[in-house]
Amino acid sequence: MVGAGVVGAACAYYAARSGLVVAVVDSGPVAGGTTGAGEGNLLVSDKVPGPELDLALLSAALWRELAQVLPHAIEFEQKGGLVVAASPESLATLTATASGQLAAGVRATSVAADELGSLEPHLAPGLAGGFLYPQDAQVQPALAAAHLVRAARDAGASLHPGQAVTAVLTGPTGAVRGVRTGAGDLLAPVVVNATGVRGGELAALAGVELPVLPRRGFVLVTEPLPRLIRHKVYAAEYVADVSSASAALQTSPVVEGTQAGPVLIGASRERVGFDRTLSVPVVSRLATAAAALFPVLADARVLRTYHGFRPYLPDHLPAIGPDRRVPGLFHACGHEGAGIGLAPATAVLVTAAIRGEEPALDPEPFRPDRFDAASRTGHGS
Amino acid sequence: MPASSAEQPAARPERTELAVVGAGPAGLAAAVTAADGGLDVVLLDAADAPGGQYYRAPAPGLGATRPEALHHGWAEFAALVARLGRHRTAGRIRHLTGHHVWAVERSGADWTLHAVTGPDGRDGATTLDARRLLIATGSVERQLPFPGWTLPGVVGAAGAQAMLKSGLVLPGRRIVVAGSGPLLQAVAVSLARAGARVPALVEASGYGAYGRAPLVLAGNPGRLAEGARHGAALARHRIRPLTHRAVTAVHGTDRVEGVTVSRLDREWRPLPGTGRRIDCDVLAVGHGLVPQLDLAVGIGCATRCGADGSAALELDDGLRTTVPGVWAAGETGGIGGVRLALTEGELAARSVIADARGGPGTARAAALCRSRRRMRAFAELMGAVHRPGPGWTDWTAADTEVCRCEEVTTGAIRTAVAELGAGDSRTVKLLTRAGMGWCQGRTCGFAVRELAGCAADAGAPDRRPLACPVPLSVLARADRPEDA
Ligand SMILES: Cc1cc2nc3c(=O)[nH]c(=O)nc-3n(C[C@H](O)[C@H](O)[C@H](O)COP(=O)(O)OP(=O)(O)OC[C@H]3O[C@@H](n4cnc5c(N)ncnc54)[C@H](O)[C@@H]3O)c2cc1C
Ligand SMILES: Cc1cc2nc3c(=O)[nH]c(=O)nc-3n(C[C@H](O)[C@H](O)[C@H](O)COP(=O)(O)OP(=O)(O)OC[C@H]3O[C@@H](n4cnc5c(N)ncnc54)[C@H](O)[C@@H]3O)c2cc1C
Repeated sequence: MVGAGVVGAACAYYAARSGLVVAVVDSGPVAGGTTGAGEGNLLVSDKVPGPELDLALLSAALWRELAQVLPHAIEFEQKGGLVVAASPESLATLTATASGQLAAGVRATSVAADELGSLEPHLAPGLAGGFLYPQDAQVQPALAAAHLVRAARDAGASLHPGQAVTAVLTGPTGAVRGVRTGAGDLLAPVVVNATGVRGGELAALAGVELPVLPRRGFVLVTEPLPRLIRHKVYAAEYVADVSSASAALQTSPVVEGTQAGPVLIGASRERVGFDRTLSVPVVSRLATAAAALFPVLADARVLRTYHGFRPYLPDHLPAIGPDRRVPGLFHACGHEGAGIGLAPATAVLVTAAIRGEEPALDPEPFRPDRFDAASRTGHGS
Repeated sequence: MPASSAEQPAARPERTELAVVGAGPAGLAAAVTAADGGLDVVLLDAADAPGGQYYRAPAPGLGATRPEALHHGWAEFAALVARLGRHRTAGRIRHLTGHHVWAVERSGADWTLHAVTGPDGRDGATTLDARRLLIATGSVERQLPFPGWTLPGVVGAAGAQAMLKSGLVLPGRRIVVAGSGPLLQAVAVSLARAGARVPALVEASGYGAYGRAPLVLAGNPGRLAEGARHGAALARHRIRPLTHRAVTAVHGTDRVEGVTVSRLDREWRPLPGTGRRIDCDVLAVGHGLVPQLDLAVGIGCATRCGADGSAALELDDGLRTTVPGVWAAGETGGIGGVRLALTEGELAARSVIADARGGPGTARAAALCRSRRRMRAFAELMGAVHRPGPGWTDWTAADTEVCRCEEVTTGAIRTAVAELGAGDSRTVKLLTRAGMGWCQGRTCGFAVRELAGCAADAGAPDRRPLACPVPLSVLARADRPEDA
């Protein structure tokens, strides 16, 4: 298992518990990649009907199970999401989205304009209405990944931190034999690429292409405040931002309070490579949008901001499952802004594929080699 | 948000040729030198008066007649302030006091500085552009945790000195001074002069280590003289330096009543059975200073690990950072004291002038460069002598708080490393919340890094894209300064 982010951690957990012998190797520590910069929203509300929503629904159920077995320290909380619309037009779009989601198995209830205040007393006045999504939940991503790895180790997995994979070893037939790290070779008939935003680089080590790109996101964290915000609250425009293919900046944020007191505001989305400098325009627009939703936040002080790089694939779907080009190579990466939410379902699919078992849902849309020119023509899309 | 006051500058004035952030010895020397050279300068500092951490005038109304009694080189400072005054009047320096710069960003060939004003950043906001940037943001005190360090009555050593200088108040009557570094001697002497009893000056290193670099010492006669002066003053006040020792426990329930001082081995591990109690009502403790690099790191300036184990900016002989258009001076390039800060401020400004106006290097600049090298060599020696030994972590108990803001203990950090796979200070922070609170790890950063024990991470800079808390409404307008 290459990568000890939340996806690699979940894969290690389900694979080890299924009886496979697992070694987790990471160039850094556990949760040192994008997982450490993620916010931990486990959302079904922001996904339109389709393969990603199916994966999210499966994951939501798995996270509820995991919350029963992993320590409370992972901070699982099913607080629910509240999506609000500012205008009648955007409410109409939101209503249409919600009815599609309902048909796909999502739970959602319509909230009239005059009921918003009882759910969120500090919301800006004058909103047109919204929808409440009780399945939306939350974990602390780094702790979730760390406790998944720990539980995987309890089930027999080994952890090899601080060891970068520099080569994928293959045998005479072209099948995977293991990986080379700074500390030596790790031999295994199966290698899982859970390297997140580095997924394309690891694929290249195995001689195949996987077009994972970084999509930067900033998050703002305020000073500790009394409990002002009860749900995950965001504007209906967020759904459009999430699924946008544009490289340009999108900044409609999810706003939520935390148990420790700070309010989290995030995150922006833009494709600017691995640029690590602070972008004032980006954080400024997040702040503007947050204050538009909750005017009470205007006086709050922002203590810090941080950023991370989402592993982005051009069609916004992760790469999950065997790579038909290299026998023994499996992928579990490219989850963009939903990798924390989608980690358990991804892990269940990968484990089933390795074991040759029936998958929990149709894995075809997540086929890792779907971006190949040849494979694309084959499917005529 | 209250509206900006009338004398506040317009939201986005014309760009200046040089913005200097920090009006301590380094920034002050830089600003007046640059203005002497004909540059048009804006000087920003979070504090209300120039002088930085070293030169602190007592607040007016305290009736202090001789602030110079607590400072060496007060006359030099007074001269700099007089020059600043003349340049302000002539309009060559715009001096913005009470302006905390929260971020700097590149905009085309210029730098845009964003600042908030007022004690909690809520009074107003300013955005300004400058062609060149000089970062002289100084340092903050370095602390290492030990059992009892959060008890009322334990204060920072440099903080106690600063309090004494600016408020002329003593934190207590019987004060043990402890930690490591030459600043402790100055602190002990100042406290004693102001009337406190100082029963002990506890130094974790020894001064003998300086003797191992005779050439560096020979090049810095000023520092030798200063050492001798402190030694004599300590003797006069009958303060006995206890070297190779550390405070390993603090006694008292509601506040400090005494401390236990233990002997240390060469790695700073306490030797069992050597603890000795000393009664006191205040413990002033500090382990040197750490460069304050938030703004510089935020725009991508490279750092190096100093001999003291903390990150400092990587600078060339012209005090250029690795980012074109950005210079630095003083403690940001490594802790080296006030003389070095003054020298570097002037040298950096000359380097900026040469960049802006062209022209050959001057003899003055060459001489400054030579003294700077000598002083930097001493600074590195000082850093190496007082760098915390690896055994300091043995002072802490499992329940010793390391991060006071988030109440994270040594035990929690060790668990995150040993059992949860944290491997560097960032993942320790993510898995324990150490460094996520009010001070954003400014106090515990060094200690957390050492406890995380990651070689690659040692001496790396902390990342704080916001150099201070910023009201959300200020952030919201930062992108559209015309309505600010
Ligand atoms: C600001 C922001 C907010 C977000 N909010 C959410 C949210 O609310 N909900 C949500 O579900 N998702 C969110 N995401 C997305 C989520 O964080 C990611 O999708 C997820 O963390 C990806 O996990 P991963 O395990 O695939 O990648 P990573 O966490 O990046 O893990 C990959 C690991 O692979 C290792 N690695 C890479 N190359 C090698 C190599 N050659 N050898 C060895 N190891 C290697 C890396 O060191 C790293 O530890 C957010 C992302 C950002 C940036
Ligand atoms: C608390 C303390 C007490 C000290 N006491 C002594 C002593 O007694 N004797 C001694 O020899 N040395 C002392 N020192 C060390 C001495 O202060 C330094 O050697 C010297 O002041 C270095 O000068 P400088 O200009 O580099 O930095 P500083 O004097 O630290 O000046 C930096 C200035 O930058 C400003 N600043 C920082 N960040 C920002 C920002 N983001 N926006 C706006 N302004 C900013 C600060 O307000 C400060 O005025 C002390 C240091 C500290 C931290």
